[in-house]
Order: sequence, then structure tokens, then C-alpha cells
Amino acid sequence: MNPFAYERASNAAGAVAAVAGHPGAAFLGGGTNLVDHMRLGVASPDLLVDITKLPFDRVEELPSGGVRIGAGVRNSDLAADQLIRSRYPMLSQALLSGASGQLRNLATTGGNLLQRTRCVYFQDVTTPCNKREPGTGCSAIGGYTRYHAILGASEHCVAVHPSDMAVAMVALDATVVVLGRLGERRVKLVEFHRLPGDDPWQDTVLGHGELIVAVELPALPFATRSAYRKVRDRASFAFALVSVAAALDVEGGTVRDARVALGGVAHKPWRATQAEAALRGAPATAESFRRAADAELAAARPLDGNAYKIPMVRNTMVAVLRDLSAEATP
Amino acid sequence: MSTSLANAPLEIRAIGLPLERIEGRAKVTGTAPYAYEQTVADPLYLHPVQATIARGKIASIDSAAAKALPGVVAIITHENAPRLASDKDKELWVLQSDAVGFRGQFIGAVIAQTPEVARQAASLVRVTYAEQPHEAELRADRSDLYAPKQVNPDYPTDTDEGDVEAALKAAAVTIDQTYSTPWENNNPMEPHTTVATWGDGKLTLYDSTQGAHSVRTMLAPLFGLKPEQMRVIAPHVGGGFGSKGTPHAHDVLAGLAAQAVPGRPVKLALTRQQMFSLAGYRTPTIQHFRLGADREGRLTAIVHEVIEQTSRIKEFAEQTAVPTRLLYASPNRRTSHRLAALDVPVPSWMRAPGETPGVCGNEMAMDELAVACGLDPIELRIRNDPPVDPESGKPWSGRNLVGCLREGARRFGWDQRDPAPRSRERDGWLVGLGVASSTYPRYAMPGSVASIRYGADRRYAVRIGAADIGTGTWTALTQIAADALGCPVEAIRMEIGDTDQPNATVEGGSSGITSWGTTIVAAARAFRAEHGDAPREGAEASAGMPENPDEKRFAMHSFGAQFAEVRVNVDTGEIRVPRMLGVFSVGRIINPRTARSQFIGGMTMGLSMALHEESVMDPRFGHVVTQDRRAPADARRAGPALEPDGFARDRRDRHCRRGGGDRQRRLARHRNPRAPPADHAGQGPVLSANTATRSSVIGRLRAARPASDNS
Repeated sequence: MNPFAYERASNAAGAVAAVAGHPGAAFLGGGTNLVDHMRLGVASPDLLVDITKLPFDRVEELPSGGVRIGAGVRNSDLAADQLIRSRYPMLSQALLSGASGQLRNLATTGGNLLQRTRCVYFQDVTTPCNKREPGTGCSAIGGYTRYHAILGASEHCVAVHPSDMAVAMVALDATVVVLGRLGERRVKLVEFHRLPGDDPWQDTVLGHGELIVAVELPALPFATRSAYRKVRDRASFAFALVSVAAALDVEGGTVRDARVALGGVAHKPWRATQAEAALRGAPATAESFRRAADAELAAARPLDGNAYKIPMVRNTMVAVLRDLSAEATP
Repeated sequence: MSTSLANAPLEIRAIGLPLERIEGRAKVTGTAPYAYEQTVADPLYLHPVQATIARGKIASIDSAAAKALPGVVAIITHENAPRLASDKDKELWVLQSDAVGFRGQFIGAVIAQTPEVARQAASLVRVTYAEQPHEAELRADRSDLYAPKQVNPDYPTDTDEGDVEAALKAAAVTIDQTYSTPWENNNPMEPHTTVATWGDGKLTLYDSTQGAHSVRTMLAPLFGLKPEQMRVIAPHVGGGFGSKGTPHAHDVLAGLAAQAVPGRPVKLALTRQQMFSLAGYRTPTIQHFRLGADREGRLTAIVHEVIEQTSRIKEFAEQTAVPTRLLYASPNRRTSHRLAALDVPVPSWMRAPGETPGVCGNEMAMDELAVACGLDPIELRIRNDPPVDPESGKPWSGRNLVGCLREGARRFGWDQRDPAPRSRERDGWLVGLGVASSTYPRYAMPGSVASIRYGADRRYAVRIGAADIGTGTWTALTQIAADALGCPVEAIRMEIGDTDQPNATVEGGSSGITSWGTTIVAAARAFRAEHGDAPREGAEASAGMPENPDEKRFAMHSFGAQFAEVRVNVDTGEIRVPRMLGVFSVGRIINPRTARSQFIGGMTMGLSMALHEESVMDPRFGHVVTQDRRAPADARRAGPALEPDGFARDRRDRHCRRGGGDRQRRLARHRNPRAPPADHAGQGPVLSANTATRSSVIGRLRAARPASDNS
């Protein structure tokens, strides 16, 4: 770990100014991913600006019926929040499926969105990696790809985004509120993370010095019937092989609306728009669910080590939708 | 030493009690110092520089930038490191040449005022190489496979009895299968750590090791020192699992660094990532099994041919097929081991080398044979239980595998098992029950010495340089010493973990308590013979481990039966194990509490190995790329959903209470507290005569919550 300076921000504008004016600076939230990276040599910031004392620690109801989540709200607190649990159960479930209790107690909402891939080559500074060192090549291609992408990858990077929380938020159409030197801007979460393309070192659309201050969830009444299912090797403290976040609005045996997002399949939390389109207006049957999954997976391109993810996504999506529709018709 | 008194039986009082660990309070309050935590004056810190190629030569090392960093004290490489005395062990031939034998090998080290500066400086050392093509992938079709002279520790490489080919040809039922097990890394909770001080021609190591004396025996000559010029101290060790059974390169690196800064202690702790290439590991194995049986499932042929790897710089031959030589009976049997020498880190002992992968292969093959014969897997194992050791023809000192299987079946609810695939489904999970046999040799290693001194505090100081790697040695040896001296445990002051104490053999092969306990009993008898029951202050005696004549007469092994309920999710294929049961026949239990931990730990490691522990080696680079949470070989990793529940019992049967049984056998037990016991009647003529103590330990694992996702 390289030496670094540390300062604690007392207001958001000051934090933004401190990082934006210093190319080697980084914001420090829970530190659960950044500190690992500093130890591994993946990141070497020379200034950490601690933002944990900024007043971003609230979950508030919005007049529109939605919810605004401060970027500093800890994952444990967000998972336990009554508003979240009652209106967006999939989000609470996603949070509780992530990491361990200790990590959730530290990890923040903003930091969770910004955590980086756990691709083993990205984390091993002795191997080439385009995301870590642009232009050196992708070691995962032709290597260990069990956890890697089946959707939206490029020849330069096949990593996946590791967050569970973000998958549920993408399904809920969240908006990220960002503060920069020029003031606030709002970015749809589905457009916040990027696909790797030719520049996989760029995980998100954030510029240097831009600070996430909140995440807003719009009202979505049918999300009270939603679920997050994470498939993984261990029952706890393991990243997703694949995951499915879904909400289903069924009336009279027909799907009126649906929200589906996938984790563990792409460089970003994957909103399954093809599946959603196939579901709308379709009978709420296993056959429709399968067709919706197949519509989404038509674009899937497995690597040598992860073809299993295609049937796993299909089966898991069908199972989640089946269980949600069963709840709808008692 | 008096040998005549060695024949008096012990009065068993403390032995068998579930005493709490005597060092437990110190451990949970953080006052039991592990190697790295030892207080030393004015320490420096060491961080290694590692090779980033798998084979070749170092062309140049530029450490100017590293040297320039404030806080850097010294940098050692092969160009300036102190010379070692012997290159016989190339794993320990550290910084002595420009050759690189595997990726991750030490090629230098930085000594600095803080660990952070040392680590940063190490990352600034620039190395160029003359790289050579490397080979790191184990494949069965390699043309350069060879037969080692022997396999670990000293078993014959190959065995061949009867005519297996003819027997297979004539067999009514045959199985021909190849199983592979992956590369697995030891990852004890406490990483490999050493604090080395070189002063006045003497080297002192605080080391995280399974054997202080064996570290000294191996390293003192390497550094050109006499044994008395080196001291190794290891009172508490946070897990070893074999990886700390022998000194590895980091011990040598720390010694070299200390030599470079005489008088200053140098602290080294390997990072978790470094442990994947520098602390030993289990070779991957490719196991070809051929079984022949008659229609009733009686084996007529067993063939177990193993292909595995070693490092090109040092041979370690895992004895994978050795347990096949005694597990089941068959007149025609063949086993073999072939090695590929690759440009990979040096494999070593890991959690029962040989038995772990070998029994795994055996039990898979037996399950397939059970299906082929239409037999219950337990019944198949019972039908093939050998009355005597198939290899030597000697009687078992105690086997009782059949008893373990039957008792386990009863407790586990084996009768509810339906062998038809997908026959039981519960809440979206397919439910199946499985069984496997376990075995491990009973090892006792000669060479230990214990001394006993009666002090002014009216306690007996019992000294032996043994190791407690978390298993409960401190406590168990105290119990043995108390009974051996006929005094309360409070009157014993155990002293272990230091080469200033009398020689103790390594805590390896589960030989510790047997070897050291027997030695302590001998020392206690010598003490009483010399000093009587009311010793004067300062009275002292010592003794070495006596020979056990029964070792030549009996085949001594432990056995056990493992049961697991396994659930597979219908939708996702996820595997969860809500319930396990182990029943073991292992001899006298010294402390049921610590023994239970060992059994639960062993079962958890089996679970973890079966489901999680593959270390993925990327042959393009030549190193394990899963160096983090995903493929840890740490047994705890299997555990989050499991909460152990179990009990142990140590039961004497009625023959023993009536004073029956064979006197020699009971004496052997006393001298070898962990020797498998003579068994209950029903195991054949010899064993039925040897009725004595039977110990059963039942370990159970129960899910703390339902098998489904914990969200």
C-alpha cells in the first residue's frame, strides 16, 4: 500500500472540490472495496477524501411516492428500512444477499454502485488487464471465466459488475443524483454503468471528482410483489453466479407489466428489456416466462468457462416469475 | 530411564474429561502471542519480491527506486544475499541463484522500518528476465510421467498382487472410471509468519510452525549453524493443516534478512495471495479406477492408478493410492503413482496427503459399483471389509468400520434413503443421502523426549518442545501428564513450543498426541521411579519415547463412516448440505471437547473440499489465479450455514470392565494414547480376543437455518 493523505470532508461541495482538483484523489465511503484495491496495488490514490460524515445518511419518502436514498446510507440500514422493505422487497433482499453482515454494516449505497469487478485478473497486478492497465490485454479471455459475462462483453473485457443492490435498483428504474463542480446532474442508473466496449477501464459515466449524493427510486406500486434471487456456490458471502431481480404485475392471469434485471451476466447490472417486452400482455404461464427468458438470452455469447450461465439464467428467471405469479393468484 | 515401571497401567482420571483449553482465555482475550505478535525490540519488516515468470533466469534487477524510498533499510537479492550451506533442497535454496523455477518464487526482499514501506518498495523493484517456455498443466497424456522412488513419506510407489487383468476379464461386474481432484491450497487462519533475529552468531525464530524442533533441524545446517546456535519458538499456532509441518522458503528468507541486519528482529507475514505459491499445496490428481466384482458385489480386482504433479525444483509425491491398499479386500490388487514434474510451486503436505484424494476416489468408485451391482452402498462396503490388513496380512489393532457404518446408518436415518435418482423432492430441492468410509494411519514418530521437574510451587513442570496448532495440545498433554504422574491437572505446568525444551517430533500425520503423550508417560514413570511419590523440590527426570512392540504385530489405522444429506435445487442446480454425521473408531479420546472439534473440523474440510476448494491454476501464467475469496482452501469457508452439534463418548465395554482382554493390548493403549483400540467382538477371531476400550465419537453438522438462500 502506497502512502496517502487523508482528509475528512465537512460539506459536499468541499469534497467535490478536493477530489476534482487532485488527479490522484479518491472519495472514501465504507472503503470495503477501495482499501482492498490499495492493498493489492490495483488502486494507489495519494489522497483519500472521507465523505462518511456528510449528511447523506437518510432514506426519505418523496412527494411523488418514490424514495430518496442518501449515498451514505449503509447497506444494512437500507435493507432494514421499512419503506424499502414494504415497497421494494426485491431491493432489501438484494442487499441482504450481498457480502457479509460486517461488510454490509460498512458499505454505503454510493460505494456499492461504484464497486469494481472481482475478475481475478483485474485483482492480480501480475497479469495483463485492460480495465486495470489500458492496452495490456484481457487475461480472462482464454483463461478462468466461470464468473464472467455472457451479455454485452467486448474483445477487450469480459468482466461482470459484482453488485446485487444495483441489479434491484436497475429493475426499479432508479436515478443517480450526482454532484460535480458545476452542480447537480441526474443519471438513470441503467445508463450509469457502461458496457466495456473499447475502453473497459471506464466503469461508469462519472467524471473524476463527481460525487454520488443520492439514489432515487420512483413509485412502482406493483413492486410490492417483487423478489431477488441470487444463485451462488455458498449460501452466504459469495458473489452471484447469476441473479434475477423481478417485479410482476398480474391481473386475471395476464401480465400487465413486469420489471426484470439480471446480475452476474454483464459489465453492468442488466435490465432485461427484451424479457419485459415479451412478458407484457402475455399469459402468466411458465411457457411465457420461458419465452421471455429466451428473448433476453438470444443475444448471449458464452465464453469457454461460463456457458452454464445461459440455462441458469433461464431457469432462475422462470422460477422467480413463477413464484411471483403464484403469489398473485392465491 | 526406568523401563520396568513402564508396564504399570495408568489410573485414568483426567484423560477423557472434556476440559476447556487451558490457553483458551489467553486466546480469546488476545494475550496468547502468535509468532508475528511476539514483542521484540526495534523490529524491521520484510516484504518479498516475487518472480512474475514461471521459468527462466533473472537478467537484471534494478532496485534503485526501491532503495530511494525513505524507510528502506536493505534490499536483498541473489546478487547480495548471504550464502546458504546446502542446495540439497531447492525449495529452501532462497536467493542463491538467478534461476526461476516457478511463478511467485522469491527473487528478492525489502527490509524497511514499516511493513507498508517494505511492501511499497518491493513493488518498485524492477526485474527483467530471460524467460524460458514453461509447462504448468497436469495432463494424463504427458509423455514425461515418471515413477518416483517412493511416495510420501516412505511407501512403495507401486504394488501389484495377484492377476488383476485376468480377474477383471473374468469379473461379472466391472467399473472403469477416471476421477480427478483439483489443486487445493492450505490456508490456515494465521498466515505463515516468522520473526527472525540474528545476533552473536545465533539465530532466533518466532515461527508459525507445526514443529519448532524440526524447523531447527532443517534450517540450522542450511545457515551453517550448530543446533545450539538456533532457537525456534512457537507456543501458539493458528492452524497448520500440514502447510506448517516443514519449513518453507519464507523461513529461510527471514533468516537471510535477519543476517543482513544483525541484531535487529525482522518480521515477515506472508499475504494471503503469497500463500498460494509459497506454503505448499495439494497436487491435482487424476485417478484411474478399475474394479471387478462378482454378482454379489464381492471385489475380485482393484486397480488404482494415479497421475499427479510435483515441482521441477523439488519432488513431493502424494501417496494417493496408498489407502486403496487397505480399505477393501480383494485377492487381486494393483496401485501405482506417476508424476509430472512441472514449472509450478512446490506441493507439500496438506490435510492428510494421500488419504484425502485417494479415499475420495475409492468411495466414488465403490458407489458406482454399488449401483452396478444393485446393492446398498453400505452393504457393499460391509461385504468387502477385510478381516486382516490386505497388504501385510496382520490383524487390525481395531478397525470397526462396519460398526461405524451400521451405527451411523441407524442414527442418520439411512433406511429413509431411496437410491432412485430424483426420488425425493422437498420445497424445490432434490434430497439425497450419501455415505463414505474414512481411514487414516496411526502414526507414532520416535525421537521425542520429555522432562519433568518438581518446582517450588509444588507443581510439575512438564517440558517437551511440542506444538499446539489449535488442536488442543496444551490441554490434552496436561491431562496425560496428570494421570501419568497421578496428580490433579492443576499440579501440571505444561511447557511446549520451544527448542529450549527437549526434542519433540513434528505435529504431522496426526502423530502428536500419540508420540508426545507416550513420551510424557514414560518420563512420568521415570520420575516416580527415581523420586517416588513425595519428590523433593528440584527433583527432575526425563525419558524418550519407548518402543511399542505391537507396532510390528498389528496394522494400526483409524476408521470412520461419513453420512451427508445433500440437496440440489431443482431450478438452479445449487448444492446445499443441511446435515452430516460422522462416526469414528479412533482409539482412546483424551479430551472429548477438543477431539470433537477435530472431527467437526475434518468433516467441514471434507464438505469444503467437495464443494468449494478448487484452486484454479492458469497454465498460461503458471500460478493460481483464484487467490482470493472465491476458491479458498480454508475449511471455514464451507461453514456459514452450518452450526456444529455433536458429542463424543469414550466407552469401555463389559469385557474390559470385567478385566478381560489382552494385557499387552491395554498396555499398548496406555503407551500410545491415540492408538486405535482393540475392538469389540465380531470382527474376527483375533479381534474378538482383544476386547478392551472402544471409543466412538459422533460428530454432527446441522444446518443453522433451512438450506435455502439466507436472504
